Amino acid sequence: MTEILTVLSKKKFINILPKLNRRHSTLLRVTFSSLILLCIIAASMLLSNDRIATNFDLKNLPPSMAHPFGTDWLGRDMFTRTIKGLSLSIYIGIIASLSSVIIALILGMGAATLGKAFDTFVTWLVDLFLGMPHLVALILIAFTVGGGAKGVIIGVACTHWTSLTRVIRAEVLQLRSAEFVQISRQMGKKPLWIAIHHILPHLVPQFFIGFVLLFPHAILHEASITFLGFGLSPHKPAIGVILSESMKYLSTGMWWLAFFPGLLLFVTVRAFDSIGENLRLLFDPHNAHE
Amino acid sequence: MQLEARNLSFRYGKGPLIINNLNLELKSGEILGLSGPSGCGKTTLAKILSGYELPQGGSVKIDGKSIPSKGFNPVQLIFQHPEKAVNPRWQMKKTLNEGWSPDNELLDSLGIEKAWLKRWPNELSGGELQRFCVAKALSPKTRFLIADEITTMLDAITQAQIWNVVLNKARENNIGVLVVSHDQHLINRLCDRVFIGK
Ligand SMILES: Nc1ncnc2c1ncn2[C@@H]1O[C@H](COP(=O)(O)OP(=O)(O)OP(=O)(O)O)[C@@H](O)[C@H]1O
Ligand SMILES: [Mg+2]
Repeated sequence: MTEILTVLSKKKFINILPKLNRRHSTLLRVTFSSLILLCIIAASMLLSNDRIATNFDLKNLPPSMAHPFGTDWLGRDMFTRTIKGLSLSIYIGIIASLSSVIIALILGMGAATLGKAFDTFVTWLVDLFLGMPHLVALILIAFTVGGGAKGVIIGVACTHWTSLTRVIRAEVLQLRSAEFVQISRQMGKKPLWIAIHHILPHLVPQFFIGFVLLFPHAILHEASITFLGFGLSPHKPAIGVILSESMKYLSTGMWWLAFFPGLLLFVTVRAFDSIGENLRLLFDPHNAHE
Repeated sequence: MQLEARNLSFRYGKGPLIINNLNLELKSGEILGLSGPSGCGKTTLAKILSGYELPQGGSVKIDGKSIPSKGFNPVQLIFQHPEKAVNPRWQMKKTLNEGWSPDNELLDSLGIEKAWLKRWPNELSGGELQRFCVAKALSPKTRFLIADEITTMLDAITQAQIWNVVLNKARENNIGVLVVSHDQHLINRLCDRVFIGK
């Protein structure tokens, strides 16, 4: 008996250690990534606009202490431009991914609760959007609504709700057949009441994970369609604008113009990606008890 | 009052007929047993009687009138597995009060402790959860109660305690009870009449 107990406790001990480690490392990564993003936003508010005013005395300087990322052909400080561009991207990314998650939530819940016709319509819409290359759809939509930040936000929101809608629809369908939901119905609860009290709380993880996983997409798309010239106006300090301008000067040997903004964009996207992946691991019921 | 099932037939999807031309009556205040071998369709019948499944043939009526599909169903079902019958993201208090607010007397007689109300479903045992499900189903608006193996996983003492409460409440509110069980002793002890499935 005691032997069994020690074997059991040993086994437990082995199981507990990696779990603690993973929880800790997950939390550490989430905190670290959030810190990077917060720093970028805070820095963009602190840096003054004077540093990105045209100043021909300072043009084409390589990286130095005063200008860590160098300056461009108009004498603007590239560090300030990059940080301001990134924080604009983060802001656009948050609005765009939030709207697309909300669209997914409404359509997914509607498809699973509002009856056959609406369900068929949503499924058709999802297939339609998944069927076409979404960068093309994104550019078309952004172009149609008139470009700019509004175009990017609407474009991303309209093209990125599809896969999450599928996930949410499947989840809601499964929840609807759960015994506790059926009991609620027999207790005379209205469909709307059931949707709010029983179904919605179960979709909170999908909501957050969907948001965080969509965010890097939104930023990259913002940068790419701005780079292609369909996004933000060239006067905005946007990361896509910076990158596309820098491409023209790359051949002149001013490598810092594209290198640092590109690197920072990559770090930001990775930061958010890792928050999303780690949250998914934390919330996933199959991993939660490991 | 009388709950009547007439010429019921039922199959899941395109599967075999599980219930074929079945007739059953349950009067107010009557305690009727239902037993039969595993897989013969007891749970299925319980779900049809309480409106969870629609039969392909026949009907379930109260005094010849069909049961409204909206609002509180006067025929309430208690499930075999309480873990699936409560929302895992709700505190027990919210689950308990979903249909009506059971009084303290009922909670005491079922042995539901005050401290349990603040807990989450995964912090209670199956037997403890089942008491909540029983309390929920014993609303003053319940006219017929279908109990599908509700005490199968409990010890004898708890089993007796719960059935005591159910039978008292049934007498008090003149509720007709269908006791589904494969425990012959339990059925003999509780029921006025037994219905054997095939
Ligand atoms: N959702 C379902 N879909 C398809 N077949 C089902 C479903 N539920 C039950 N069945 C089948 O219907 C038959 C009757 O099942 P039911 O659960 O009613 O039996 P039961 O009499 O309650 O058995 P037990 O005593 O083991 O609880 C079984 O053969 C089962 O496999
Ligand atoms: Mg059964």
